[in-house]
Amino acid sequence: MSGFRTLLYKEILRFWKVLVQTVGAPVLTSLLYLLIFSHVLEDHVQVYPGVHYTAFLMPGLIMMAILQNAFANSSSSLIQSKITGNIVFVLLPPLSYLEFFLAYLIAALVRGFAVGLGVLLVGLFFTDIEMRHPLWILAFALASGTVFACMGILAGIWANQFDNLAAVQNFIIMPLTFLSGVFFSIHSLSPFWQAVSHFNPVFYMIDGFRYGFFGQGDVDPWLGLAVVMPFVLLLSLLTLAMLKSGYKLRH
Amino acid sequence: MTIAVRLRGVEKRFPRVHALRGIDLDIEPGEFFALLGPNGAGKTTLISILAGLTRASAGSVEIMGFDVTRDYRQARRALGVVPQELVYDPFFTVRETLRLQSGYFGLRRNDDWIDELLANLGLADKADDYTRRLSGGMKRRVLVAQALVHKPPVIVLDEPTAGVDVELRQSLWAFIRRLNLEGHTIVLTTHYLEEAEALCQRVAMLKEGRVVALDRTENLLRAGAERRLLLELDPPELPVFLQSRLKGRDGRRFILDLPDYGDLEVILANLRAAGIGIRDMSLGEADLEEVFLKIMHGSTS
Repeated sequence: MSGFRTLLYKEILRFWKVLVQTVGAPVLTSLLYLLIFSHVLEDHVQVYPGVHYTAFLMPGLIMMAILQNAFANSSSSLIQSKITGNIVFVLLPPLSYLEFFLAYLIAALVRGFAVGLGVLLVGLFFTDIEMRHPLWILAFALASGTVFACMGILAGIWANQFDNLAAVQNFIIMPLTFLSGVFFSIHSLSPFWQAVSHFNPVFYMIDGFRYGFFGQGDVDPWLGLAVVMPFVLLLSLLTLAMLKSGYKLRH
Repeated sequence: MTIAVRLRGVEKRFPRVHALRGIDLDIEPGEFFALLGPNGAGKTTLISILAGLTRASAGSVEIMGFDVTRDYRQARRALGVVPQELVYDPFFTVRETLRLQSGYFGLRRNDDWIDELLANLGLADKADDYTRRLSGGMKRRVLVAQALVHKPPVIVLDEPTAGVDVELRQSLWAFIRRLNLEGHTIVLTTHYLEEAEALCQRVAMLKEGRVVALDRTENLLRAGAERRLLLELDPPELPVFLQSRLKGRDGRRFILDLPDYGDLEVILANLRAAGIGIRDMSLGEADLEEVFLKIMHGSTS
């Protein structure tokens, strides 16, 4: 497994060397959302009894940061390696597709968690936040991060150029994470959009994660986990199958 | 002894190109082997298949007895590849790059060998520079070092001297030659045929996905070579006894066929006997380039 460890180390080192861009920038963006939305809505919206809007916003922002950055890490690393051609450095050594998968997955999770933790720490300057069920927090962070890390690997391997990847990022990942209850509870939506939200797995990710903080959410966290876990499994298997087949990597 | 590289009936069909049409080839351990052919002949495809970067459509490929797909771990451990493209990872320094590459092969403390590689390739003072800041020739050296971190018994160099200055070319070859003397098998593709002629014991020529010539370098030179005698005579007319050898004229010089150097003495004696003087004389020796062109323009069927 020493090959795996090296690849994981390299993938972490890669974003660690440009920390300002890979962790600093998304933390700042989240902070801006927090400042603007809490300024506008703090006195007008109370989603859960006894929870300030700013506090309500925090878990959503953290989860959005984890998801977006997990996706960004694996996808951008792969597309850069493919386009510059240095992907051969990891294709020539005796690394199995499983080692390859785990290294990219875990590095993406580390990046997502680093940004998420950054958002949490910075947010604590603006609001107090309780963490009632740390295990739920961890479970949803891991499961949801894995789903988006896998999507990042798939997109990074599928994309032929940066433009393909930007399309996925801007037209799928961004709307999906923005419209899944980061800024609001689905109970504030019309019945039609409430119903639609129940078919959106990202809604369950954010809601379950938020339940871990406040002990209350729009749906039961066990239901949330039951919805998210099949996606974890499906995307992991799909990614493993793609890597095993050598699709777009070994012609 | 295990054959270093063994190809049997290797075919590769891409959607639009039939790149390899049945390659059979054995490369012995310790050989310095050249793979020659025009662009599009399939050289890089063949190397990619050895390296596991491309999968053969049919046939089998073994490196040191290990099948490149079934026993891919051992096969890849036995192989070092210097890719044709000048690729590098912009995030890392030369030493970091080499340490990472060692780690991928399961080598955790490889600094002694890395230092030796850096010294031998003239990279010692660049070890802590980012690879992206190096010149093209220096980047090429890093690629060579990367291919050698795990001391592979078989080393494949795909056009290693393309766009590389003379000095580096010579120091690179000196180093590769040393590795060969130490027992490494070297497989080389190059556009510089004089390099292949000077370095390689055996040559395979590829054309349109087939091996069209495979022999020891000196045999290819001898067989393909038309040795020629160029003569300028006084008076400038070709005597009857040389008419059958005439291949053409180059200005005032006659180009004569001379398959056997032994004939030279007879020709000179006959000329002297006929009272014909020699103003200028030279021998034309075939080089690999000539053989190559002859084979490439010949029929492949």
